[in-house]
Amino acid sequence: MASVASKLYSDDVSLLVLLLDTNPFFWSTTSIKFSQFLSHVLAFLNAVLGLNQLNQVVVIATGYSSCDYIYDSSLTPNGNFESSGSGMPALFGSLLEKLEDFAAKDEELSKEEEHEDRIASSLLSGSLSMALCYIQRVFRSGHLHPQPRILCLQGSPDGPEQYVAVMNSIFSAQRLMVPIDSCYIGTQNSAFLQQASYITGGVHHTPKQLDGLFQYLTTIFATDLHSRGFVQLPKPVGVDFRASCFCHKKTIDMGYICSVCLSIFCEHHKKCSTCGSVFGQSKLDDVSSVSNKKRKAPDT
Amino acid sequence: MAGGGQVEKRVRYKSSVKDPGTPGFLRLTEAMLLFVPNDPKSDSKLKVQTLNIKSQKYTKEGSNKPPWLNLTNKQGKSHIFEFENYSDMHACRDFITKALAKCEEVPKKSAVSTSTEQLSIAELELRFKVLRENSELQRLHKQFVESKVLTEDEFWATRKKLLGQVSTGKSKQQVGLKSMMVSGIKPSTDGRTNRVTFNLTSEIIFQIFAEKPAVRQAFINYVPSKMTEKDFWTKYFRAEYLYSTKNTAVAAAEAAEDEELAVFLKPDEILARETRQKIRRVDPTLDMEADQGDDYSHLMDHGIQRDGTKDVVESQNDQFRRSLLQDLNRHSAVVLEGRSIDVESEDTRVVAEALTRAKQVSKADGETTKDANQDRLERMSRTAEMEDLQAPQNFPLAPLSIKDPRDYFESQQGNVLNEPRGAGALNRNVHEAYGLLKESILEIRTKGLSYPLIKSEVSFEVFSSLTQTISTAKNIIGKNPRESFLDRLPKSTKDEVLHHWTSIQELLRHFWSSYPITTTYLHTKVGKLKDAMSNTYSQLDAMKQSVQSDLRHQVSLLVRPMQQALDAAFQHYETDLQRRTAKSVGGSSSERPNGGV
Repeated sequence: MASVASKLYSDDVSLLVLLLDTNPFFWSTTSIKFSQFLSHVLAFLNAVLGLNQLNQVVVIATGYSSCDYIYDSSLTPNGNFESSGSGMPALFGSLLEKLEDFAAKDEELSKEEEHEDRIASSLLSGSLSMALCYIQRVFRSGHLHPQPRILCLQGSPDGPEQYVAVMNSIFSAQRLMVPIDSCYIGTQNSAFLQQASYITGGVHHTPKQLDGLFQYLTTIFATDLHSRGFVQLPKPVGVDFRASCFCHKKTIDMGYICSVCLSIFCEHHKKCSTCGSVFGQSKLDDVSSVSNKKRKAPDT
Repeated sequence: MAGGGQVEKRVRYKSSVKDPGTPGFLRLTEAMLLFVPNDPKSDSKLKVQTLNIKSQKYTKEGSNKPPWLNLTNKQGKSHIFEFENYSDMHACRDFITKALAKCEEVPKKSAVSTSTEQLSIAELELRFKVLRENSELQRLHKQFVESKVLTEDEFWATRKKLLGQVSTGKSKQQVGLKSMMVSGIKPSTDGRTNRVTFNLTSEIIFQIFAEKPAVRQAFINYVPSKMTEKDFWTKYFRAEYLYSTKNTAVAAAEAAEDEELAVFLKPDEILARETRQKIRRVDPTLDMEADQGDDYSHLMDHGIQRDGTKDVVESQNDQFRRSLLQDLNRHSAVVLEGRSIDVESEDTRVVAEALTRAKQVSKADGETTKDANQDRLERMSRTAEMEDLQAPQNFPLAPLSIKDPRDYFESQQGNVLNEPRGAGALNRNVHEAYGLLKESILEIRTKGLSYPLIKSEVSFEVFSSLTQTISTAKNIIGKNPRESFLDRLPKSTKDEVLHHWTSIQELLRHFWSSYPITTTYLHTKVGKLKDAMSNTYSQLDAMKQSVQSDLRHQVSLLVRPMQQALDAAFQHYETDLQRRTAKSVGGSSSERPNGGV
């Protein structure tokens, strides 16, 4: 990573990849309207772009069944900051346009989907992967590149079926030394996001008042990586380290682990479904003791 | 004449050799020696405590002298007794010897008892040392021992380990050898005459013996039968001197004349044998002959500067030359070997013999390998690897078979048994939900960002709540050892808290170890401890009151476990007291278990 470090700007030029949760099932249940949410977010993005002329913002929409890039500030010509009279910077016009297209496409896809009994989670794993791909491309091009970070603006509950994919993305981000900040605006708490921020050294926060979202965003998540060395940011008291089992995708805090490939199961199997290793007959089966189960408890 | 406990002989007592002597009886008991002259008027009556006898000498049988026994007392005065015959004298001598041996035992015993005292003095010193090094312990000691809550012994009883550690640290370290080379010993010249003086110490002698086995062997052979030690060393240094002059011709000439001197000048045969032995043990795959070509000290302008002259090897008279490298190698080998014998003797011969013995032992060790050549061959075949002759190394291997990577990387969505959160309702609402979403997007596209984006009161609330979460998260004690609450206390308070904690631990340790109370001693001890503890308890309260109000909560959190621990001790004390008083009231008879108080 030394080569990456040498390619960074000396100071605090940021590349912010924002993962925007556009899950309709979440937004139909919240107290705050999506339009309100959007205006907070757009104002925040504008602020980030204003912080440094070289700052770059990429927005990826995280839908119910798909995700896509909807905005990239590097593609928009500079000097197009004039207000179009509606109290909104013109450059976000294209964003909203794309977002609308995206929502339509997402709806189409969700209709095609066969598994309709899925949890109403967003495709976080997909958008995380896209963000990392984008960042990887930035790393490999040009002499200088901004310091990338990912911000997840998530409201939908975790999809346990995405556990492995999300964890893999998190570990990739850790390897790339890209922090994943997360702002969870949903009602439950998100173990994925907590773990993502914990592992990658990002900030995780759950705002209490959604009408003050803009304030939270600018106060906490606008801080560039350089300044984080000097700023006291809120730290979570604990991290939910629970995992999903591979067999039923349940979120569990205790389970069985394949000693060969580390797959996680909620119950004892004769054979690992992932790597095919045959497990020895557990003596503890009869005793039904849980002493050999590995505990993955929420660290609170 | 002789009783069990005493011996009586007819002797003549002489105060000096020339004294004709006073006839009388010598009575010996274990404790003393009494001479009673025959003539009661004579004033040469003598009484000597056996203890005071320092040594005894006697004339040998068969010599021309009469049987005399000469006893010297500790003041240096001698008493000579002339016996009538040798058997009398020997009887007395044996008796005195036995008595003396007994006398020596007694002082030894007393020496033992004093040594325990001395040992405890040493231990006292040790304790002081421990206290000096550990200021916390010193404070505790001051607080409890000097205020008589604990006795000195009680205090240290729980810290035996500490003392032990310190005392084991004092164990004697084996002294190595100096790295100075023997050949570096330079003679001192007086400048006027041509005389040179070598100063020999036992350490130098040891080193010479260790480095030059031939000299050692020569010493054993020649001294003292052929020459005195002084002559030996003179000769040795004569040889060394010849070396240092580098005049090999003179050396050769002198060696031809003097066979003893030649021993020193010739190459050390024993050493050469040892070296050959060592070479035989070198890894057989190492080509030592190839290394010989690396020596280019014979080339012009190569060589090592020593004593101002270059050490250039000449071929003639080679056996009377030693290169600096040989000296250096031999010296370093000896230094690395260290002091192999444990003889601390001034006697040169003893040292030489001990060294020889040590060498022989190690040589015997080396030769136990019955067939060195066979061993060499075996090692050679072991080290020389021939890949095509080796058995294939097939370790049992179970390949990781992930049959379908999608099993791992993708989800098996068909398996989802999770409760589908209102799946039915969801289905119905898909269209509705997307509609709402699109509506929102449209709304913001047309209307623009909401204005005002955020109310100032909301902003303020967000700020204050964030500040609060940040500051409380920082205050959680123990979460982060570096940011512990203790560090935020003023230093005096912090020290006080820590000191209270250590002193409470000390008190509680003694308190709980005193139970069950079986003796009055323990009873009083517990009473004292309890008083001290209640003292500390009130001090804790006072400290809690004295801290600033913003820290008071945190301090009380810190103090609470201390007070809880003390409370538990108090409670135990009370219940135990009640139980005991009830018992002593109820059971008026003498039936108390353990002879309780």
